[in-house]
Amino acid sequence: MTNSQIIATDPGWIILVKGLLIFVVCVLATLMSVWGERRLVARMQQRLGPNRVGPFGLIQSLADGVKLALKEDLIPKAADRIVFVIAPIISATTCFMSFAVIPLSGKVNLFGHETVMQLTDIPVGVLYVLAIASVGVYGIVLAGWSSGSTYPLLGGLRSSAQVISYEVAMGLSLVAVFIYSGSMSTGEIVAAQNQWWFCVTLFPSFVIYAISMVGETNRAPFDLAEAEGELVGGFHTEYSSLKFALFFLAEYVNIVAVSALATTLFLGGYHALPGLGFTESWLGGWFTVIWFLAKVVFFFFIFVWLRGTLPRLRYDQFMKFGWKVLIPFSLIWILIVATLRVLSQQGAPRAVVIGFSFGIVLLVLAGSSLFESSKKRREREDAIGIVSAPSFPVPAIPGKITRNRTEQLNG
Amino acid sequence: MDNSLTPRSNDLGLTAAAKANAPIESQEAKSFGKQLQGFWVTFITMFKKVNTVQYPEVKEPTAERFHGRHQLNRYDDGLEKCIGCELCAWACPADAILVEGESNTEEERFSPGERYGKVYQINYLRCVFCGLCIEACPTRALTMTNEYELADESRAKLIFEKEDLLAPLKSGMLQPPHPMAPGTTHIDYYRGDIKGGANG
Repeated sequence: MTNSQIIATDPGWIILVKGLLIFVVCVLATLMSVWGERRLVARMQQRLGPNRVGPFGLIQSLADGVKLALKEDLIPKAADRIVFVIAPIISATTCFMSFAVIPLSGKVNLFGHETVMQLTDIPVGVLYVLAIASVGVYGIVLAGWSSGSTYPLLGGLRSSAQVISYEVAMGLSLVAVFIYSGSMSTGEIVAAQNQWWFCVTLFPSFVIYAISMVGETNRAPFDLAEAEGELVGGFHTEYSSLKFALFFLAEYVNIVAVSALATTLFLGGYHALPGLGFTESWLGGWFTVIWFLAKVVFFFFIFVWLRGTLPRLRYDQFMKFGWKVLIPFSLIWILIVATLRVLSQQGAPRAVVIGFSFGIVLLVLAGSSLFESSKKRREREDAIGIVSAPSFPVPAIPGKITRNRTEQLNG
Repeated sequence: MDNSLTPRSNDLGLTAAAKANAPIESQEAKSFGKQLQGFWVTFITMFKKVNTVQYPEVKEPTAERFHGRHQLNRYDDGLEKCIGCELCAWACPADAILVEGESNTEEERFSPGERYGKVYQINYLRCVFCGLCIEACPTRALTMTNEYELADESRAKLIFEKEDLLAPLKSGMLQPPHPMAPGTTHIDYYRGDIKGGANG
């Protein structure tokens, strides 16, 4: 039975329970991830991080949330009041919605009913996630626009441009997954990975997805939308109190959501690590949830690690990277994957497939060596340019008599 | 003789300047492998000992000559060293010190000699802990302690009075006012010839 068939037998109350569970898990995940991020980044900077409120500081983010909720809720005079209120609601609701199609576990027993921890399994599940993510951009754009202030507007424009352009690369990286699994339903994509995870067989796609998901969530090093030095707080500069808390929540739920999608599409979803398949039946199948969460935590660690290591990119570099590197690269990769797929489906002899892959590798090597040599030649030409003396008079450098200076002294 | 004003080298650092003039390496991005080294740095730092001090529970000692709260010192028999000269107040760049002097009488003597500080206030909302008052003090009456926990909740509480600043009485010291040790003058006090318990 496929996931969609199992879910079809769910009674209404099971669906309600699942929806509630997803919501609770997401909010808890946000609280935990804010705390976890602060602790991890602190350790990377040889600090301790929040360790005062509750054991190990675990309740710190809850305390911060309560504090935020109790703060004064300001709406600027120049703001468009209705849109200003709606924007954070759009952001916060859309980020939860993508969880509806993520399979969190294999077959489990929920209150005496055999089901899977997945709210629904629609045939175009992944497309649905991408669509929801695009709707989430409205929250950012509208927040920036409705604030009636310059910096939020710039921040909102930046982050929408960013999310939209990285969504293209993200969508393209997923095409290879669709080609190989033959489906867009998340349940079936996970089922297609019971032998080899797609992060191994489709490694370039995985890399592109991993990069674009950081861009998609506006996270460091791609957090240009809230570049404090340039834009104050970005699109949420004018927000305070609960509305700000909603944006905060949305940011972290989004991180968990893209991590969950990455887990589902590339790391085999709720399946155990290769060789540990026997653990999947532990706790009546609930142990698969732990595998799923472990993989999401792994991605979350990568997010934090990136933030702790890399400085923020400049805006033009960032856009150049998205449009001129990621997108062409994934287009070429899709061509290669599609050709290989068609070759193997039409029963082409193994020699042809191997020969094709070998030819691609040779082409890539030749291209990169050509690029390198032209780069070196350019560097040499530049270097010659540096050595020539400036035509304008320059002040003498102490301890070093320049040619011009000697000429001056002598005559 | 070693004269510290003589420069260490004769060329006034010109050799070093010439060396620093060496061509700057190209500021292009390092190779991809080099860039990845940064990830290793942050990763390995996670397992290093943290520098954080758990402050309210754990208190690290300050540097020996840390500029903390002031203290008005006493002679060994308990008489105050402050003579109310106001030099500290005049030296203060932040105008944080207020001193009002008063004459000692034979019945009521707080310090050896002619005068003593009757009112002595330091406003810790103004004080910048520069230590110029300590340099100005002619009798070494004013010094600084290492105490740094000076936060409080009202402005009035942060103006320290003479009682707050005076050094505590040690054994052998007698609470002034009391007369000078018999047969001594303020000069003996100033030279440090007076030992504790002279009157008690």
